[in-house]
Amino acid sequence: MNAELAHERLEQARERSRVASLRPKLVLGIGWTAVVAGILWAVVQPWRLTILHPFHQGFWWLLAEPPLYVVVAGLVYRFLVAPSLVRDLERRP
Amino acid sequence: MPHAEMVHWWFATGFLLLGMLALAETIVGSEVWGLRAWRRYLLPGLMFAMGVLMWPVMTFYTNSTIHMVAHGSWAQVLMLAGGSELGLAAGKLHSRWWRLCSVLAMLVSGTAFLVHEQQHWLFNRAAWLHHALGWTLVAGAVFPLLRARRPRSTLALGGFATVLIVVAVMLFADRDTAPIFGHLSTYAGVPHR
Repeated sequence: MNAELAHERLEQARERSRVASLRPKLVLGIGWTAVVAGILWAVVQPWRLTILHPFHQGFWWLLAEPPLYVVVAGLVYRFLVAPSLVRDLERRP
Repeated sequence: MPHAEMVHWWFATGFLLLGMLALAETIVGSEVWGLRAWRRYLLPGLMFAMGVLMWPVMTFYTNSTIHMVAHGSWAQVLMLAGGSELGLAAGKLHSRWWRLCSVLAMLVSGTAFLVHEQQHWLFNRAAWLHHALGWTLVAGAVFPLLRARRPRSTLALGGFATVLIVVAVMLFADRDTAPIFGHLSTYAGVPHR
């Protein structure tokens, strides 16, 4: 009976450990997912990027690069928000 | 002056950031998220800032009274939702029912989208997105409502994050004149690019 209980607790501890190790990856993955989504969007719809054909474009059209906005948002999250979050997760799993 | 679609893309970027922040909080839990003070203020602060930035949009994109009322109402409810969440994050407000401000914000925003779009769903892409955004926000209000009742609910915060990301995707898809599922009304004008 004691051995069964110990085995059950060991399994629970392993499950907790698996979840704890998955969370940092998910936290970092959010940013990279946005970056990849932005790059894929730029590849699928290159006409949404006026910097690829900048001649005869006004200032606002050169500023408006939606796929790049997605990439930048992903990078901002990945490098400004995620690192401290992962550190806090590792400190308090 | 920038085109209306460009302003939608800028706000889409804001909603995408809001969505990523809410999703991260869902994954790590509110306890870990709140370990650093700056992080607690990040989401509501950005929401409040987007409300402030909506005022110039209201001022400079007033092509009709109903547009002015819609943009003005978004500015007010974004600031109200952001402000109440800031108050909760700072510990100045204590009641969890302050989260109902986010419910109100989503209901008012969704209704404003639905009311100020006078065209039918398949008139053009902007019309379709206005209807879709409106109903998404009205239906999505259930998540902050659930969060007001159960502040630690993963479903509530995760659902809220999903709604924010869906709103961002729809705003990024917006064009001033473009077809939707192959439909474009002859009254909508000529797509420019």
